[in-house]
Amino acid sequence: MSVMMYREALRLALYEEMKRDDRVFLAGEDVGSYGGAYAVSRGLIQEFGSERLVGTPISEAAIIGMGIGAAMTGLRPVVELMYIDFVGLAMDQIANQAAKFRYMSGGQLKIPMVMRMQGGTGRSAGAQHSQSLEAWLVHIPGLRVVMPASARDARGLLKTAIRSDDPVVFIEHKGLYAKKEEVPEEEELVPFGKARIARSGSDVTLITYSRMVYTALEAAEEASAGGIDVEVIDLRTLNPLDYHTIEKSVRKTGTVVVAYEAHRNVGMGSEISARIGEELMDVLKHPVVRIGGKDVPIPATVLEKYSIPQKQDLLEGIEQAAGR
Amino acid sequence: MGKNDIDSRTKRSLLRTMVRIREFEDSVGEMHLRGLTAGSMLHLSVGEEAIAAGIGLAMQEGDVFTTHHRGHGIFIARGGEMNRMMAEIFGKSDGYCRGKGGSMHIADVHYGHLGANAIVGGNIAIAMGGGFTQNYRKTSNVSVAFFGDGALNQGVLYESMNMAALWDLPVMFAVVNNQYGMGTRIDRASASQEFVKRGESFGLRSLQVDGMDVEAVYQGANRLFEHSRSGKGPTFFICDAYRFYGHGRKDPSPYREKNEEKKWWDRDPIPAYKDTLISADLISDADYQEDLDAAKAEVADAVEFAKNSQVPEENDLYTYVYVDPIDASGTIG
Repeated sequence: MSVMMYREALRLALYEEMKRDDRVFLAGEDVGSYGGAYAVSRGLIQEFGSERLVGTPISEAAIIGMGIGAAMTGLRPVVELMYIDFVGLAMDQIANQAAKFRYMSGGQLKIPMVMRMQGGTGRSAGAQHSQSLEAWLVHIPGLRVVMPASARDARGLLKTAIRSDDPVVFIEHKGLYAKKEEVPEEEELVPFGKARIARSGSDVTLITYSRMVYTALEAAEEASAGGIDVEVIDLRTLNPLDYHTIEKSVRKTGTVVVAYEAHRNVGMGSEISARIGEELMDVLKHPVVRIGGKDVPIPATVLEKYSIPQKQDLLEGIEQAAGR
Repeated sequence: MGKNDIDSRTKRSLLRTMVRIREFEDSVGEMHLRGLTAGSMLHLSVGEEAIAAGIGLAMQEGDVFTTHHRGHGIFIARGGEMNRMMAEIFGKSDGYCRGKGGSMHIADVHYGHLGANAIVGGNIAIAMGGGFTQNYRKTSNVSVAFFGDGALNQGVLYESMNMAALWDLPVMFAVVNNQYGMGTRIDRASASQEFVKRGESFGLRSLQVDGMDVEAVYQGANRLFEHSRSGKGPTFFICDAYRFYGHGRKDPSPYREKNEEKKWWDRDPIPAYKDTLISADLISDADYQEDLDAAKAEVADAVEFAKNSQVPEENDLYTYVYVDPIDASGTIG
C-alpha cells in the first residue's frame, strides 16, 4: 500500500491505462501543460506528449462529440468537462448521441469513452460551479455513472471505466482531490455495480456516495456513541446500482437513511427510497429517511454550507430512523 | 485526359447512383403512403441525388461519415444495401439496426457509416471525432459530416469546424443546402448567406457548387478531399440543391411558391445528366435503360425482402442498451 491523494490516484489510473493501451488519450480544456483545473493530469504531458494529452478549446459539445466519433472509430477517449455544471452545453452529445448510438444502430456501434467531470460544493464556487447533477445522467439509459469516494476506488473505478466498452460518466468530487488514502501498489480494477460497505452496522442502513460517505462515517461514529450501530454503504456506481447490497443490508437493519449532496427533490435518493418502499416494505420498521441538499441554487458565500447536508443533519436522520 | 477530367465509366456510375437513389426514395415514399414503413417520420432526399452521388463516389474505402436525418441517398452512394435499408425503414429485424433505428438512424460500421442523426447538427462533432482518429492513426482517410442548411446556425458546427481546423483534421463539412430547414427558407434563417466566408473565416478550404450538377459536386469533392488527404486540414463544401418533396413525405409544402418549385424541378439533376451523357455518346439509350431496369429490380427486391422480414419481438427491447449489461438489480430494482 502507498498513501496518495485522490487526484494522484486518478492520475495513476490515467498513467497506467495510457501506458497499457495507446488507443487511450485524454482531451479537455487545459488538461495538457496546465495539468487540469484540479491538477489531475499534471505531468502526464511530459510522458505522453500533446498528441495524447489534448488541450481543447472551450467547446463542450464538440469535446464530447469528438470523443464519440473517436470511440466509434476505434480509439478509447477520456474526455473531460472541467465542471459538471458545464454539462448542459454538451447534453445533446451525451444524452442523445453517446447514450443512444449503440441501441439505435442495433448493436453495431460502440462508444468506449469516459467522460470525466467534477462536481460538488466545498470551495464556495457559486451556483454554476458547485452542483451535483448526477441525477440528470443516471436518468438516461445507455450511460454508466460512477462516483468514487475513496482514492483507492478513484483509481480502480477509473481503470474499469477506461476498459469499459460503454460510455461512462465519471464524476469526481472537488472536495476530495487532496484527501489522502491508502492505494494498493499492485494493479486493481474495481468492478461496476458493487457497492462498498464503508462501515458495518446492525441498526440503521445509511446509503450514500461520493464525498457524503465521509460525513456519513463521522455521523455513524457519533451515533454509535449513543448506542446506534450504523452500516454505511458507499454506492460507488449509480448506474449500475447495486441493489443486492442495499437489499441485504436493509433486510438486516429494517431501517434506512439515504443521504446525498444533490438537491433533495428528484435526486438519486428519491429513486432509492422509492425502490425500497415499493419492494422492501415488509421489512421496514420506519419510513425511509431521505436527506438531500436544499432546493436552492448553491450560494457562493458562507451560506454554501447551509445548502448541503451536514453531519448534524445525518445524525438527526439516523436517530429519527432508529426511533429515538 | 486532364487531371480533373472524369472518365466515362465514372460518369455512368454517377448517373447510375443517382438513378438508384431516386428509385429507392420514390419507392420508400410510396411504401410510407401505403403505411408499410415504421413510424410517422420519413424524410426523402429526392432532388439531392447529385450531392450524394458526387461526394459519395469521391470517397474511398476506409473513409467514414455521419449523416443528417435525410440520409438514405448518401448511404446508397457509399454502398448501403437496399435490402437492409428498406427492412430498417419498415422497422424489421433484418434491418441495419434490427428495427431499432428506423429511417433516421441507419448506420453501418462496415461501410464507415457512423450513423444518421435526428438532431439537427448532432452528427457533426461525431464526424469530426472520426477525423481525429484518422489523424491520430496517421491514415490518409477522411471523415465527412453531411448536414443540411438547417444546421448552418447550430453552435456545435462552429465548435467542430474550429477544432478540426485547429488540429488540421481530415474532415469535410458537407452542406446539403436544399434551401429549407423544415418549412423555413434559408434567407429567413441565416442573416448572411455568404457561407463560403464562414468556412474561410475558420481557416477551412471552402467551396460552393451547384448541387444539381453531379460533375461539379464530384470534382469539387475530389479537390477538397485531396487537400485533406495530404494533411492540409478540413474543408467546407456547400452544395446548393432543392428538396423536391416536402419536409416529410406527406408535407405538401404550403410555405413554398409554386413557381419556385417548378424552377428547381426543371433542373432535375437526373434527366439533364442522362441527356448530356447520351448526346456526348458516352452512354447509349440502352445503357441507361439497363441501369434503370436494374435499379427498379433492386428496389423491388428490397421491398419484398422488407415485407418478408420478421417484426422484432418484445424481448428485443432490452438488447444493445449496453455492450456489457451488468445485472446488479437483485430481487428489487
